[in-house]
Amino acid sequence: MHGGFSAYLRRDLLLAYRRRGEAASPLIFFIMVSTLIPLGITPESGRLAEIAPGIIWVMALLATLLSTDGLFANDYQDGSLEQLLISPQLLAMPVLGKVTAHWMVTGLPLTLVSPLLGVMLSLPQEGYLPLLASLALGTACLSLIGAVGAALTVSLRRGGLLLSLLVMPLYMPVIIFGSATVQSAIDGFVWFGPLAILGAMLAAAVALCPLASAGALRLASIN
Amino acid sequence: MPNTSLLTVERLCFERDDCNVFEQIDLRVNAGDIVQIEGINGSGKTTLLRLLTTALQPTSGTISYSGQSIDLCRYQYLSDILYLGHQPAVKMTLTAAENLRWMTAGSSACPETALVAVGLAGYVDVPCYSLSAGQHRRVALARLLMTDALVWFLDEPFTAIDKQGVGFLENCMRDHVKRGGAIVLSSHQDLRLDGVRKYQLMPHTDQRGL
Amino acid sequence: MNRLLNWSPSWQWFHRLGSPRWFYQASGRWLPWLSLLALTLLLTGLVWGLGFAPQDAKQGNSFRIIYLHVPVSFLALAGYYIMAIAGAIGLIWKMKLSYMVMKAAAPVGAALTFLALFTGAVWGKPTWGTYWVWDARVTSMLILLFLYLGILALQYAFHSNEAGNKASAILALVGTANIPIIYKSVDWWYTLHQPATIKLTSAPSMHPDMFAPLLVMIVGFYCFYTVALLLFTRAEILRRERKSVWVRELALGGPAL
Repeated sequence: MHGGFSAYLRRDLLLAYRRRGEAASPLIFFIMVSTLIPLGITPESGRLAEIAPGIIWVMALLATLLSTDGLFANDYQDGSLEQLLISPQLLAMPVLGKVTAHWMVTGLPLTLVSPLLGVMLSLPQEGYLPLLASLALGTACLSLIGAVGAALTVSLRRGGLLLSLLVMPLYMPVIIFGSATVQSAIDGFVWFGPLAILGAMLAAAVALCPLASAGALRLASIN
Repeated sequence: MPNTSLLTVERLCFERDDCNVFEQIDLRVNAGDIVQIEGINGSGKTTLLRLLTTALQPTSGTISYSGQSIDLCRYQYLSDILYLGHQPAVKMTLTAAENLRWMTAGSSACPETALVAVGLAGYVDVPCYSLSAGQHRRVALARLLMTDALVWFLDEPFTAIDKQGVGFLENCMRDHVKRGGAIVLSSHQDLRLDGVRKYQLMPHTDQRGL
Repeated sequence: MNRLLNWSPSWQWFHRLGSPRWFYQASGRWLPWLSLLALTLLLTGLVWGLGFAPQDAKQGNSFRIIYLHVPVSFLALAGYYIMAIAGAIGLIWKMKLSYMVMKAAAPVGAALTFLALFTGAVWGKPTWGTYWVWDARVTSMLILLFLYLGILALQYAFHSNEAGNKASAILALVGTANIPIIYKSVDWWYTLHQPATIKLTSAPSMHPDMFAPLLVMIVGFYCFYTVALLLFTRAEILRRERKSVWVRELALGGPAL
């Protein structure tokens, strides 16, 4: 059972599968908003190529942010969260399971379609592999950090907007190293360095964020 | 202490934002007891149940399980209790059987049988969004048939349930205390069961509305 | 835990400090002295720094804004740590007063951060030729302001004071863990994108005549910060304890403390 990790992972994946339409919306958002860039800035491929790494990363961040809101909200509304809070196992493990499921239905698909966006935004050849790698690690960081914000705001009626205010500043290191990974590869530098730092951030986030989220979830019953 | 009760609550106080929700609650629950918490709306029935299930932390006072403070035997205590809250904790997109299997993970009993027993015979594999509120509650109540928990905490278990369901629930409770379990429930309704102890919660009026 | 605190006499000061009433009365005695000290230091520092310190060789008189900008920036960051530490004490020892200090530290810190950004922008015009530059320190300071705003927004979003306090304490702690990462990342990001314009680092060795007033200003601002924090905390104490007997007596013209 791993203290509830795999049980919650499997359940949340099943729930996401049953509501496929809803789960797909961050992905569709990701693709649609990226279409706005050539319309809003320029269709010229040279200039698009310059900004593509950053743009794709910003879009991925926003798409993740959109879906983070629902991480604990449904469980709070239907009373499952109450049951989770009084389950004997360490709360951080089910939380980690839920976050992993969240990443698998948002971050992972975003990562997988990102090459398509790369093509649409004329991302240079060297950028694709770093883009995939950095998004895979980076979106996992975003899901973990977002979980803290989602847990803090779960009992608030209009928590979604507040959530983005809380977690956006915490997202900034991730986007710096994420887009830098891609940019260094395009500029012909070694891109493994920034990617390694993203990995380090992910390791720290895996260790700390579930604990902070667990503490924050306990507040839901006070409010 | 030779004659240890299952659950002992001593001088339990709870403040919410510097207002006493209640103070000095003393309560003993022995094996085979049914304790019915009564009180007007807002007197803190749900809060007391949440304190007893550790969803909330008391401001002061102790709760002991088999003579040991629940802070010291948290895992054991939480493994031995079952709580049914206001919301049934039913996931709309899962079927009744899936929900029940999830809620009672680790239980050896068969969820389908339990669902038939609570009168959901034709709804075992139906997604819960097509069931009514009362049927959601019945799914949650089916947990009672599958659990090994010793102490049950039931928050208003009779809401949204028809007469038949009430009878079923009462039988369930009778069987549980016969087996040596204990039940703490909040309800406005009088139970048709023997040996129900009532605990009256007094609304704490001072400091309120000032 | 509680029993332990009562037994051991060395914990008594801690226990007493946790009493809002005691704190209110004690801080009432400290305030006049602290305010006087802050005022004297700030006035001395300002007159000295603005009037008598030598001009900067490159920047002329415009550098004098550092006498405001530097202390404010120091405190903006220190204030976040003070807030987070107060929150942590509240979470660990369940001390109400500590939450009140945390709550008071948020608006003071946010105002200082804004002031740091503002003075930076004013300083930027003559040195960089523009009010806003995405310099590493400016960006970090902006993110710090966002962190403060998040805390403020979260604090007031909860119905329950207790939940609001605990939530902001958790967020402040998460933010504290992140601040070094944010600062380092932004620094690194800036070196990556460094534009070929004038790079303004503080002179490696500041002339002592310039530095002395700065030191006075920094100490003065720390005193001022303490005064502001105490005032905000006292206001919060009165608000939270408004139902208690001693606050009512105070409001009805009891002994002024």
